[in-house]
Amino acid sequence: MKLPVYDVLIIGAGIVGAACATACAAEGLSVGVVEAEIIGGGATAAGMGHLVVMDDSEAQFALTRYSQTLWQRLSAELPPDVEYEGCGTIWVAADAEEMRAVTEKRYFYESRGVPAEILDARALHEAEPNLRAGLPGGLLVPQDAVIYAPCAARFFIEQAQSRGAQLHHPRVVTEIAPDGVRLDDGTSIVAQSIVVAAGTWSAKLLPGIEVRKREGHLVITDRYPGFVRHQLVELGYLRSAHSLTSESVAFNIQPRKTGQMLLGSSRQFDKDSTAVDHAILGRMIARAEEFIPDLGCLSAIRTWTGFRAATPDKLPLIGPMPGYENLFLATGHEGLGITTSLGTARLLVDQLLQRTSEIPTAPYLPGRVYENVHA
Amino acid sequence: MPDAVSITVNGAGIMVPSGTTALAAILSTGASTVRRSVSGALRGPLCGMGVCFECRATVNRRRHSRTCEILCAPGMDIRTGNYAEEHVDG
Repeated sequence: MKLPVYDVLIIGAGIVGAACATACAAEGLSVGVVEAEIIGGGATAAGMGHLVVMDDSEAQFALTRYSQTLWQRLSAELPPDVEYEGCGTIWVAADAEEMRAVTEKRYFYESRGVPAEILDARALHEAEPNLRAGLPGGLLVPQDAVIYAPCAARFFIEQAQSRGAQLHHPRVVTEIAPDGVRLDDGTSIVAQSIVVAAGTWSAKLLPGIEVRKREGHLVITDRYPGFVRHQLVELGYLRSAHSLTSESVAFNIQPRKTGQMLLGSSRQFDKDSTAVDHAILGRMIARAEEFIPDLGCLSAIRTWTGFRAATPDKLPLIGPMPGYENLFLATGHEGLGITTSLGTARLLVDQLLQRTSEIPTAPYLPGRVYENVHA
Repeated sequence: MPDAVSITVNGAGIMVPSGTTALAAILSTGASTVRRSVSGALRGPLCGMGVCFECRATVNRRRHSRTCEILCAPGMDIRTGNYAEEHVDG
């Protein structure tokens, strides 16, 4: 039995696949989506949902900034359960040396059109009274925001369906074939183009592509409205995020619209267990307490783990896969997939339709790492 | 009162026997509820053993404390429901 023929078949209904689905459907393409488990149930649900402009490379900046402006434009249309909150980010400096880095960071953002405001010690304390006394300051990036990402993924899938897309769910793709995919129920789906948006599962579907699982731990508290008011991230965060070998922790706390506090972050490679590792969780909380001494007065109600889809050069894989006919990737977003889902969807649609994108696409093309793996 | 402990519940000073839980102290004032849910419903204690989280109140400024698990100590400041909301810092 053969199912309908699609212009585009998207594997994975996380936030990236979901955003791609609705963007393709909006162009009038016929779209199928295959999801093995729950819509937005992987890294989309596990992560923080921080919409953040990053400055660690020009390519990362371009995609996060492009995506953030798309989120801002979309925010009025998002349903209430997506909990879009324009709370902004404060990058917190721990010492005088980091405070000098704040000045550089501000210059980076401002010179690229992103508003950013330096907070001195007093302004930081006024903005966030629960940060410890004596911190030298930080950088407020007011246009950053927070969402509840699994509901955003569901919203995108429903929007895609209202535009004619079909959801095949729950179905596991067992094989990618030249003319489509085979599913675990023995059926096949025929499609002109296939998009692999399967996050950490992408490497399993396409042996040879380098997407590694990078585990993170999270803690959510009971409701303490106003305990922190912005997403607070230590300025040293990138040191943690960029250490490719060791496990690392960094202070990262987010106020949810519910009044709950969501605490991250940790990074560990090559772990398969989803079980909470209390040693690294303890280190993560201890790191946060160095910034927020009263954190221990909050009651945690749940801890969990999730897996980021990490690439070797810290940039996602968006575009045609060399060596295949009509196979595209939209994966490898590591910790930025919520933010960059919207930009990814735009770039992907542009490539499917052979249009020029609004930002340069070369840094994200799979061809930068893979040369005819399959050929 | 032998081994009595002096505490306040919603700003009013009371004496309770040593070994009294914060929850029992609240109930001794005649209250049967301790807080409101997110949707505004009145909530009161259920399990009495730290599992159901229904008895949460603010104890010594620590919000969401399970009062059934805390023994009264001299000078303890217990605040419930609307009183706790309206008297966060003082």
